[in-house]
Amino acid sequence: MTTTVQDGAPVVPLGVPLVGGSHTRTQGHGTAGLETTEAERSDRLAAVREGRLGSVHSWELVTAVDGPGTRLTIFLSGCPLRCLYCHNPDTMEMRRGTDVAADELLARIARYRGVFKATGGGVTISGGEPLMQPAFVRRLVRGAAAMDVPVAIDTSGFFGAHATDEMLDDVSLVLLDVKSGDPETYKRVTGRELQPTLDFGRRLSARGTRMWIRFVLVPGLTDAPENVAAVADYVASLGEAVERVEVLPFHQMGRDKWAELGMRYELDDVEPPSREDAEAVRDVFRARGLTTF
Amino acid sequence: MSITAVPSDRSDTAVPAAWTGFVTGPWTDHVDVRDFIQRNYTPYTGDSSFLAGPTARTTGIWDKLSAMFPAEREKGVYDIDATTPSTITAHAPGYIDEGNEVIVGLQTDAPLKRAIMPNGGWRMVQTSLETYGYEAPQEIIDIFTKYRKTHNDGVFDVYPPNVRAARSSHIITGLPDAYGRGRIIGDYRRVALYGVDQLITAKKLEKAALDMERSVEDVIRDREELAEQIRALGELKAMAKSYGYDISEPATNAREAVQWLYFAYLAAVKEQNGAAMSLGRTSTFLDVFLQRDLEAGVLTEEQAQEIIDDFVIKLRIVRFLRTPEYDNLFSGDPTWVTESIGGIGEDGRPLVTKTSFRYLHTLYNLGPAPEPNMTVFWSERLPEGFKKYCAQVSIDTSAVQYESDELIRASWGDDAAIACCVSPMRVGKQMQFFGARVNLAKALLYSINGGRDEISGKQVAPVTAPVEGEVLDYDDVMAKFDKTMDWLAETYVDALNCVHYMHDKYAYERIEMALHDRTILRTMACGIAGLSVVADALSAIKHAKVTALRTADGLITEYSIDGDFPTYGNDDDRADDIAVWIVRRFMEKIRAVPTYRNALHTQSVLTITSNVVYGKATGSTPDGRKAGEPFAPGANPMNGRDTHGMLASALSVGKLPYSEAQDGISLTSSIVPSGLGREKDEQVTNLVGLLDAYILSSGYHMNVNVLNRETLLDAMEHPENYPQLTIRVSGYAVNFVRLTREQQLDVLSRTFHGAV
Repeated sequence: MTTTVQDGAPVVPLGVPLVGGSHTRTQGHGTAGLETTEAERSDRLAAVREGRLGSVHSWELVTAVDGPGTRLTIFLSGCPLRCLYCHNPDTMEMRRGTDVAADELLARIARYRGVFKATGGGVTISGGEPLMQPAFVRRLVRGAAAMDVPVAIDTSGFFGAHATDEMLDDVSLVLLDVKSGDPETYKRVTGRELQPTLDFGRRLSARGTRMWIRFVLVPGLTDAPENVAAVADYVASLGEAVERVEVLPFHQMGRDKWAELGMRYELDDVEPPSREDAEAVRDVFRARGLTTF
Repeated sequence: MSITAVPSDRSDTAVPAAWTGFVTGPWTDHVDVRDFIQRNYTPYTGDSSFLAGPTARTTGIWDKLSAMFPAEREKGVYDIDATTPSTITAHAPGYIDEGNEVIVGLQTDAPLKRAIMPNGGWRMVQTSLETYGYEAPQEIIDIFTKYRKTHNDGVFDVYPPNVRAARSSHIITGLPDAYGRGRIIGDYRRVALYGVDQLITAKKLEKAALDMERSVEDVIRDREELAEQIRALGELKAMAKSYGYDISEPATNAREAVQWLYFAYLAAVKEQNGAAMSLGRTSTFLDVFLQRDLEAGVLTEEQAQEIIDDFVIKLRIVRFLRTPEYDNLFSGDPTWVTESIGGIGEDGRPLVTKTSFRYLHTLYNLGPAPEPNMTVFWSERLPEGFKKYCAQVSIDTSAVQYESDELIRASWGDDAAIACCVSPMRVGKQMQFFGARVNLAKALLYSINGGRDEISGKQVAPVTAPVEGEVLDYDDVMAKFDKTMDWLAETYVDALNCVHYMHDKYAYERIEMALHDRTILRTMACGIAGLSVVADALSAIKHAKVTALRTADGLITEYSIDGDFPTYGNDDDRADDIAVWIVRRFMEKIRAVPTYRNALHTQSVLTITSNVVYGKATGSTPDGRKAGEPFAPGANPMNGRDTHGMLASALSVGKLPYSEAQDGISLTSSIVPSGLGREKDEQVTNLVGLLDAYILSSGYHMNVNVLNRETLLDAMEHPENYPQLTIRVSGYAVNFVRLTREQQLDVLSRTFHGAV
């Protein structure tokens, strides 16, 4: 821990469900207990290229949010998207992360095998955007699968093409964020194109990889009925591979971090959606036969 | 092993009619309740669907009491009988609703009327009476100040000066030197199974055996104690008689079994105002009687539940007269009527019966409540249906605590029970000398300041060299701390020896000990507070730069910390190993000091609610905690410093070696419901998984609170809307609205695990 201010750790990582009054996830995070690596620049680059070394934001043992059971969620640093509502802007840039060896994380995964077994859980690789470090993720996924630990990946799908079929063979669940159904809105929200996400979802569906879909409901930004309907139609088209949909109401817990990082936050005046509004959006998904929370 | 013979007034082939249908065995020849249970109980592996709701009669009785609770909460007590020092037979029979109760018996002649029990100390009684505006008659005052010496008087006759100094500087705290020590569990089941007469005859035989030995001090004491035990058993019979029951013979049916057992417990709480008056492990024992009646068709499920509900109502209204200072230490008027439920037998069969469910079900039939302190012995091997029901009850009521059946069974067998919060003991075969705890955080500060108190500046521990220079050096501080712990352990055990010598002499637990074997294991149950403060402080000194700030007279009172350091509670070995070292090291030092009656040394990592009071009495510490701020409760990591999820926090606690803390290691966890899952089913499954994972990772104890912060905030503002809101703190449950505001705020400041 730091004795001055809490270091800029995520209060609520993207995708945490906000139900029953729970808005906060434990604060602080960090890489406590993980051996960090300081290597010479050239060695470091080689290690990163081979996926032996990655940029890690933090880890946490969580239940019921990042996949079934109790999970070791590993947050990687770096993301290609610049979502206006991001709760963890400190994970956007890879340079803010801590260098940790894949073997170090695999040792921690091994340590929790009993926990995963008892709770029906596993590992979730989240971020940031994990597929920004595909070699590192590949190594983690392979290592975990070799220990019979179920692996989930929490991704926007923007770099879906970085996920090889071989890697996906080792992944039992993808938490796919569909941040918008309308390409224009998607661009406004994230600064990027929607198409790669749509393609990735279809590819997963064709492969039969299980998915949990997340959609963040931001009043005035993503809540247009056409936009919601577009997301719902798309998700419904993915068929049985979609196990559940989570509609996550926007909240303001991440606001302070933007300021701490000296970044401009554009959603200062946005109020979280009401419970009723969130339920109405969930009903749009439910109407298409999707299990939605 | 001692065998208490049951004298046989019957031929070898015949058993008393009361035992018809029971499988006989060694238990028929001598007192052996465990053997009776093992041969006769019916494990239940199903789910909770068989349970029955409350009868109108049950609800009526409970409503009648509930109407009295607001007045009690308002004033602190409902009523006091200030004129009758309590004994087993001192008070006339009392009823909640005479003629309408299934199980009868109250501590005094009316519900919620508290008794005075001056044998522990007159001052405590006097202060309590003054607080609540009562006055004892002069003759009673005279008796206990002029003619009858109390436990409290005895202790202060023999405390050496160093103990007094350590006590008044709050480095040794909460000693049971002015109140009953408690934490002794009589085997109340014996009365139901054997009847009082057989127990008296057995005790007489034990005494006769002692008559053959030379009259040396130990033998004389044992004879006197046996004489008192026999007398107490006689009084127990007389007390039951006043309610119209003859309990000299074994109980003949389920209702009688519960009634007999309750009379035995009632005698204990009439006689002793112990800090914790725990019940034992009664549910599966009673199930044998209930099952026999159910199978014979003379009892319905609804009636079975009604008996248990009525019994639990009685346990919920056990009351003791205590002072406000005492309540600061142990908040919420706790009595620790702890009942241990479940577990697995030595033979691998689960000790779960339908009555295990029935006990937990009272939390629905009567609503949540802190007492009795429902304690589930958890093992991964428990039947799935029971596990799920426990998790469901936890989520709905937050009124259940869990202890590791695996660790307890391996150490104390499968008929052990918890006294108070986390202290395990073999029922009827073991008792403890309750030792409260020492403040290790303060000890660390003493070692830095050469034995001086950081608040008063007084020299409390022997003079040693204080830390020199600005920056604290790890090896230097560790060496000094080690020396301070030597002094502390010696002073502490010395104090406990004085306390328990006098308690045995002036406030002996006659009826509770009458329900024990003659030869028992005694433990000297020491304890430590401030573990996470010390672990983090030592970690800061080791991994960051800690600078000492001195006052004008050289006393170090503040610290400034530069840099990051690992903290206990994140499954980070660098910090957790320090916590493990502290527990091992202090235990080693405790073991080096001889104990009264050769008690076995143990220790607990438990604070109950006193973490707030200890924090108040302790200056700033090198981990960054400011003077006066609360400690974390029990073995909990410091609030807000366990940042990697509830299970990571629990796994750090699970590293503390039970072999070095055999009196228990307490962890309190608070979770918001959504942190367990989207739907009830998912929440139940996930809580079961978490408990399995924690116990498999050698965790010893966990309090589980499933609550929203918002609920607690609202309850602080509108206590009248939450009369039954129960939360678990450090090993017991309390009504949230009965905590002091300070303690409520402490609970709120604790890490709430949003996502577990």
